Amino acid sequence: MGQGMIESSSLTRALWVCFKRELVVAIRHKGELANPLIFFLMVVVFLPLGVSPEKAVLSQLAPGLIWVIALLATLLSLDGLFRSDFEDGSLEQMILSPQPLAWLVLTKMAAHWLITGIPLTLLTPLLGVMLYLPPDGYIPMMISLVIGTGSLSLIGSIGAALTVGLRKGGLILSLVVMPLYVPVLIFGAGAVNSAVEGFPIGAQLAILSAMLLVSLVLAPFAVAGALKISVNS
Amino acid sequence: MLQLNQFTCLRDDLPLFKPLTLAIASGEIVQIAGANGAGKTTLLRTLCGLYDSFDGDILWREQPVSQVRFEFLSQLLYLGHQSGVKKSLTARENLTWFDGVKGHASSLPIEAVLAEVGLVGYADIPCHQMSAGQHRRVGLARLYLATSPLWVLDEPFTAIDKQGVVRLEQKIEAHAQAGGAVILTTHHPLSVARFRVVELDRLNGAGHD
Repeated sequence: MGQGMIESSSLTRALWVCFKRELVVAIRHKGELANPLIFFLMVVVFLPLGVSPEKAVLSQLAPGLIWVIALLATLLSLDGLFRSDFEDGSLEQMILSPQPLAWLVLTKMAAHWLITGIPLTLLTPLLGVMLYLPPDGYIPMMISLVIGTGSLSLIGSIGAALTVGLRKGGLILSLVVMPLYVPVLIFGAGAVNSAVEGFPIGAQLAILSAMLLVSLVLAPFAVAGALKISVNS
Repeated sequence: MLQLNQFTCLRDDLPLFKPLTLAIASGEIVQIAGANGAGKTTLLRTLCGLYDSFDGDILWREQPVSQVRFEFLSQLLYLGHQSGVKKSLTARENLTWFDGVKGHASSLPIEAVLAEVGLVGYADIPCHQMSAGQHRRVGLARLYLATSPLWVLDEPFTAIDKQGVVRLEQKIEAHAQAGGAVILTTHHPLSVARFRVVELDRLNGAGHD
């Protein structure tokens, strides 16, 4: 009992220092932090110029477009998720920690979601206005993005972990992650489309949440395994 | 403490060096020697469990290391080529992280630890503003933080100046005298009182890197 309590408190401490460190590192690299958001904003600004500024066209495209752009913005931010830890040796130290690696990497994923998924979601209402998103779509869009970007961060980090040892991992990362992102995109954009058309969205949100839970349970182990393989050379 | 039986690292299923049988007791300093590419770093990484294709047994306190992973890792301090120091963080943040991840609740204040490695007043300076040697010293400061009995140090003297080397050697010696064990690689002539050299011999015919 006593031993167990000591171990669990040192695990909590390890998770806390890892999480805090991720956030501090993210704040010190403001450029990388802003990168996905600027990408998101840029695409939305260019779309009306390139496609059509017509309200009818844009409002029909808006739900799917915003989701696709959010997905690509997340993908853009994934490449560096483990890269600097891999290069400066922190990853080795994490693997050699007595604490389970799956838990430690979960803090990295949680921090990633907090610094990309949440800001993307918060930016959505503004972009919705620029793309004439129908009023009924705003709340469903934000709910589906909050849940969906969680899955995107978790699933994407599997790809990032697999490709961290490769010199040019970016392309392979996209190829690995893309098929796994498809269901999230379908149900995420589907929820918003249903809401705009006046249908209930409970089913889509339930499936999105289920995908989040499954990836929450499985992704940390997959990432931990992939990182050990990446370091093992 | 640590024992190797007929141990060799494999690269593409070929042994890197002649099988080693080696027992490292507490109080010992063991230098792994060999030419460049002989497999020194691979040996150290395999011992820690970062590299997993090897032949033979690694025993930690008479038990296979894979069965006592938690105990082994709690008592291991590994310093690799990359010191694990994040450039955008300060020395204090780096050491706090390391300490937390390792599961120690160290009692030494960070300033005192940094003073030991000659970095007085550097606690709150981001590591990217430091020189290569100072950066390396932040990594070495871990030796003063944690009380892990087994130290595995890969080229610990890289980029360290003369005084720093002397202090580090003293620290290594003190650690061994206090009952710890140190395994290290270096091309620098060690000037500690008692240490053992283990030479890695290449196998004939296994001449690729």
